Amino acid sequence: MRRSMLFMPGNNAGMLLNADFLCADSIILDLEDAVSTAEKDAARILVRNAVRTLEYSRSEVIVRINPLDSPFFESDINEIVQVAPSMLMLPKVSCAEDVIIYDEYVSKAEKKCGMEKGSVKFIPLIETALGVENAYKICSAHERVTAVLLGAEDLSADLGCKRTKGGAEIAYSRGRIVCAAKAAKVACYDTPFTDVNDDEGLKVDAQVAKSLGFTGKAAISPRHVAAINEVFSPTMQEIEYAAEVLRTIKKAKEEGLGVVSLRGKMIDAPIVARAQQVIEAAKELGVDIDE
Amino acid sequence: MSKVLHSVDEAIRLLEIKDGMTVSFHHHLRNGDYVLNTVMAAIANAGIKNIKVNASSLFDVHEPLLDHIRNGVVTDIETAYMGAKIGSAISHGILQNPVTFRTHGSRGAVIANGTSPVDVAFIAAPTSDEMGNCTGKTGKSACGSLGYAFADAQYAKHVVIITDNLIKEPLENPSITGERVDYVVEMESIGNPAGIVSGTTRITRDPVGLVMASYAARIIEASGLLKDGMSFQTGAGGASLAAAKYLKDIMLEKKIKGSFGLGGITGYLVDMQKEGCFEELRDVQCFDLNAVESIRTNPNHKEISAIEYASPFNAEAAVNKLDVVILGATEVDTDFNVNVHTDSNGSIMGGSGGHSDTAAGAKLAMIIAPLLRARLSIVSDKVSCISTPGNTVDVLVTQQGIAVNPKREDLKQRLLDARLPVVDIHELKDRAQKIAGVPAPLVTGDRTVANVVYRDGTIIDTIKNLVT
Amino acid sequence: MKLVKSAVAGTLESNDVFVEIEPAENIDIEIESIVFAQFGDDIRTSVEDVLNEMGVKGAKVALNDHGALDCVIRARLETAVLRASEV
Repeated sequence: MRRSMLFMPGNNAGMLLNADFLCADSIILDLEDAVSTAEKDAARILVRNAVRTLEYSRSEVIVRINPLDSPFFESDINEIVQVAPSMLMLPKVSCAEDVIIYDEYVSKAEKKCGMEKGSVKFIPLIETALGVENAYKICSAHERVTAVLLGAEDLSADLGCKRTKGGAEIAYSRGRIVCAAKAAKVACYDTPFTDVNDDEGLKVDAQVAKSLGFTGKAAISPRHVAAINEVFSPTMQEIEYAAEVLRTIKKAKEEGLGVVSLRGKMIDAPIVARAQQVIEAAKELGVDIDE
Repeated sequence: MSKVLHSVDEAIRLLEIKDGMTVSFHHHLRNGDYVLNTVMAAIANAGIKNIKVNASSLFDVHEPLLDHIRNGVVTDIETAYMGAKIGSAISHGILQNPVTFRTHGSRGAVIANGTSPVDVAFIAAPTSDEMGNCTGKTGKSACGSLGYAFADAQYAKHVVIITDNLIKEPLENPSITGERVDYVVEMESIGNPAGIVSGTTRITRDPVGLVMASYAARIIEASGLLKDGMSFQTGAGGASLAAAKYLKDIMLEKKIKGSFGLGGITGYLVDMQKEGCFEELRDVQCFDLNAVESIRTNPNHKEISAIEYASPFNAEAAVNKLDVVILGATEVDTDFNVNVHTDSNGSIMGGSGGHSDTAAGAKLAMIIAPLLRARLSIVSDKVSCISTPGNTVDVLVTQQGIAVNPKREDLKQRLLDARLPVVDIHELKDRAQKIAGVPAPLVTGDRTVANVVYRDGTIIDTIKNLVT
Repeated sequence: MKLVKSAVAGTLESNDVFVEIEPAENIDIEIESIVFAQFGDDIRTSVEDVLNEMGVKGAKVALNDHGALDCVIRARLETAVLRASEV
């Protein structure tokens, strides 16, 4: 489950030490925007050592590498793949070909250190107009792609519009990316909320993302993690209803009934599928479920 | 005959202070205090030697004390807390006789019962009348509560009030009454306002501190103590204050009305009381301007003495009615013993203050500290100095997990039920050492530079001199 | 690896280490650390390890450590060596 994905600057030794204890489901150790050009070499070595020795276990480790048009991405891949992060975040992906190029380098790096090919997954960052239009192709470009993240800051620059809290300027992109990701059967996560002092605005923004079909959201501040986790966790009401759906289905099967209803509503396949998702999420969160 | 004198020198002469006597001070002016240095300089000028200084706390501002030690003016020190500057000199053996560390509660108690008699108490008072009726609530050097000075005022053989706001009319509602006061000395200024109280105490923005604070609040919620009538104390450290903020959110949401907030009081506790989280505040020391303002104007914000706060010989002491206390630590060992006296190099930089008093009294004594500070683990096999014994500590909160004292199996179960990340304290130690390495053992000399006296009067530990 | 110029890496922030390195005849290591009493020997061993692994035979290294973990010390030194050996 990735409700919250927290960006951490890759060249900050103190923050890397505690990256794992900020209650984020995933941490994104950043070699790109959070690191100045002069420190790219230092950050990739530091992140490599940190992932290798600090044994991050409470949060999943994602490393954001530098883009294809920079002179850094190849070294990033060579240093980082060997410590087996669960995913590489690929910045500024605009088309399926970008993903294929990254794959070639990553495959070579995997082979070099004796790792199984394909073990490092990709989460492309869609943050250009072209990327949005190619979203489905990107999501289905390679089996390494298991998720995508919307990056609204760079995107709104590319679109030539101002980023707002209401987010009207990214409404289309959000919808498009959710649809593309679901069609390609990969996960999709929403762009970070950038005002560190607006807790209420964050909640609203996260709820909008959830209502559109995103299952989690990135964060640029540890202070945002708790609220994001809360929004993207199933509520007790949702969990109880889902459990009831599954109990009813089970009972109907035992009794050999074809059509079943609950609270006056017919339970069909989508309702069951949704209930199963909710129960899985609840189990991951450690909620006791009356099955 | 008037009690008002024009100088400290005059008081020293009239009271016939001589070699071997004990003088006492309170620390409500904290790192802004001018009074201790002024009095000790006058004692040195008078050629008096072998003085014992009994101060409720000593701060860096009191560094001139070191010269008085070198010159033989001061030969004994008794205190509940010592800042790093004086602490380092003591650790390096500047004073021949070991320092006596007590707790805030027992300092008051032993002055009262004669175990640790005081010849002359010099009491800095932000406002006093000519009779010596005085208060800390008003005046340009206002510090709020004078709680730690009450025992000195009541039980010292002689009492001198030192003020920079001498008023003609009798003071209404004094904190300390004038009947036992021998003299009142007026000074230009008793302290530097910038060092007396902080403008505002702020909660931490450090994400690790906030994670620990949120655990702390959830532990209180899960402990079963969060109900109407709950009493609470917390330190002024960033993470402790953040814990108070999270606790306040929970209390307001659940509409819980506690009984009292205790101890050193900050603006955060003032706000909690105002918003209905507590009936009243019981204040032995004010930490910031909001607290000073509140104790002056709010009848439910009450000034209490160290004895009312924490005396070990007072069954009615507030600490014995305390439900929850949040405390800090420089080091905790796998038996839950806590060190707040020395730093990682074994150098003195603190003291119990009310740490062991509140831990002993509270139903839930919680230590909050990050697992690693720089490269040093908070948890060790054995603390280099026992300030607060492990059998009075219930839980250690770190960002990497919560360790519950094995004697509190009930609490552990409650925290597990609340899905809090409970871990064995040995596991915390192992994790820290795995990441940071095993530190080389501390090397100390074999001379005792301080005795740590527990609240029951026994010497719970000794601090040895440093050789490097 | 042969050093051709002097270089620095790391920062003076808490939990980090600032490394200065320059070419020299032999290995010369100078360590300043807030945790010297506890970890001085470990730090020296790590520095020697990294220099050895990277085949550095001559270097003057100065560390100003603010409580960096071993993996950070090794990373910063590796960075400094690579920077100092770039032609």
